[in-house]
Amino acid sequence: MRYGLKIAFRYLTANKAQTGLLITGVAVGVFVFIFMSALIGGLAVYLVQSTVGNVSHVTVEAPSREASLLVSEADGDVLVVTQAATNQRELLRTADAFLPLIDTWEGIAATSRQVVGNGLAVRGQVRAPVSVTGVDLDKLSAIADIAGSITSGDADVSGMKVVIGSSLAEDLSIRVGQVLRLQSDRDIDLGLMVSGIFEIGVEALDRRAAFVSLATARTLFELPQGVSRIEIKLEDLNQAEQFARRIEAETGLAATPWTEGNAQLLSGLRAQANSGNLIKAFALITIVIGVASALLLSTYRRRPEIGIMRAMGASRGFVVLVFVTQGALIGLLGGMIGAAIGFAALSPFPLPENAEPGGFPIDVRQGAYGLAISLTALGAILASILPARSASRVDPVSVIGQ
Amino acid sequence: MSSSSLVSVNDLIKTYGEGDTATHVLKGLNLDLERGDLSALLGPSGSGKSTLLTILGTLMKPTSGRHEMLGEDLTSADDAELTEFRNRHIGFVFQFHHLLPDFTALENVVFPTAVHAGRETRAARERGRELLNRVGLGERMDYLATQLSGGQKQRVAIARALINRPELVLADEPTGNLDRESAEQVMELIGEINREEQTSFLISTHDEKIAASCRRQVLVRDGETADMNA
Ligand SMILES: Nc1ncnc2c1ncn2[C@@H]1O[C@H](COP(=O)(O)OP(=O)(O)O)[C@@H](O)[C@H]1O
Ligand SMILES: [Mg+2]
Repeated sequence: MRYGLKIAFRYLTANKAQTGLLITGVAVGVFVFIFMSALIGGLAVYLVQSTVGNVSHVTVEAPSREASLLVSEADGDVLVVTQAATNQRELLRTADAFLPLIDTWEGIAATSRQVVGNGLAVRGQVRAPVSVTGVDLDKLSAIADIAGSITSGDADVSGMKVVIGSSLAEDLSIRVGQVLRLQSDRDIDLGLMVSGIFEIGVEALDRRAAFVSLATARTLFELPQGVSRIEIKLEDLNQAEQFARRIEAETGLAATPWTEGNAQLLSGLRAQANSGNLIKAFALITIVIGVASALLLSTYRRRPEIGIMRAMGASRGFVVLVFVTQGALIGLLGGMIGAAIGFAALSPFPLPENAEPGGFPIDVRQGAYGLAISLTALGAILASILPARSASRVDPVSVIGQ
Repeated sequence: MSSSSLVSVNDLIKTYGEGDTATHVLKGLNLDLERGDLSALLGPSGSGKSTLLTILGTLMKPTSGRHEMLGEDLTSADDAELTEFRNRHIGFVFQFHHLLPDFTALENVVFPTAVHAGRETRAARERGRELLNRVGLGERMDYLATQLSGGQKQRVAIARALINRPELVLADEPTGNLDRESAEQVMELIGEINREEQTSFLISTHDEKIAASCRRQVLVRDGETADMNA
């Protein structure tokens, strides 16, 4: 084993230019692999972040009050007519009972009880439809990062204040400190002072959202108790489905993960990951072919030596070992060099969470360095098996010559 | 088979190819070699000397016939067994030195031991140095094979053939590629080693002078052998 390694190493160092080129080629392939992993991974983080970063990961609402069927269908055909219950608004009345419990769960970043409803923002002759969200004072920025997106004023909804988006402010030509009239769909009218204007970059929020305190919203929508929904932000947004299921199981409420409304994004991400994998597979195939052809050439050049080694008592297995070891060394070395270069080249890029819109969202953490190195080493070993086997079949008699 | 018998071949037949293009090289050849023999293998070019040496060296199987060495029947052994046998009991010296070019003289000499042990042992290196001193190359141990002259390479090859203390060394025109002076040095060396270590040598050559320096001369003719001093 050790001796085979020595000979393999000597063969590689005997022709430094050729070995250097080969290892460079492998390293380039590995770099492509790592670059694709980091780019696809970074893009996914960036896209998900910009889509889901400012929305609820799991939304809890009251279960539907549709009448359930009491007759078993097994008893025969059942014809039913159900009518949606429209005489009562669906409300979470038990929120205060289980919210403290959910808050203690591992992996929950924030929860926010909300009273929501629709209305009109009115200023002079301008009227704009708005979606009003009433939140606890300290939870204004729990779901969307309002505080971090304020362009003027403060993120403050205490008392009779309202925080609105920049597009809405423009439409209404309103500035911080001025008064905005909010007219709810319950025909309640309130004058609220604009305390802050935010710009998140999501049109639905910037043009349509108005944030007020829970108390203000209760007044606007005539809801003295209960809340309309609870929005939950998770530490890991990939866990949304598990958490939604857990909430449903433990509270009996309806919980919707963000993934449910974003099937297109998810399938887009999957397609993107697939094409990334295809490119990575091509990089690996190129490595395998390169190593195989270089080693095959080397076995042809060394046929006389291989014959002499066999005559001197080297077994076939030993010859195989020498050439497979060369493949493994090339793969390992090329892999590590490629990974090191990849890491060094990708590190300067900002993480996708912080990437500027229109920037290059590369995630250096998702370079899959270990995977790249081990797949390359494995590929190079596989690539060397064919040349090694052909080397081990060299007939000493044919090369010794009479 | 006497107690000092080393190799015995009977009715050895070797035919290259088949049908119309078949070349019948060995046609029922018999030969016995004893321990400590120093024999020359003579015969015109194309008579089958190399073929015989290759078979005796277990690098090729005869078409038919018996081949025994050290009491073992080698005609029925498989490749792995022959490789092992060859490594332990047979040394080779070829017309073209056939050293490994990327290795030093010492590394070349140690190869047959190291490939068997899986590493270059201290003992093997010690014996390798001894042998290189013995063949007059004590100063050249760490030279790459490619940095040596023809005669020096052939002496390294002899040292390599001896490293595992084989009972038999097969030399196929070992001096064929050397000038007269180097050739005589090589033959002197072979003679000394034969006397001191009781290693049997079978040396093919068409050089009368070299044949004369051996104790026994075997002639290959018409696919059979004739002992010239019997
Ligand atoms: N591999 C081979 N295939 C076909 N014929 C061969 C082969 N090797 C040797 N021969 C033939 O066998 C005969 C003996 O060759 P060889 O043993 O090399 O003789 P020598 O060494 O005495 O010159 C020659 O006629 C040669 O052409
Ligand atoms: Mg010959």
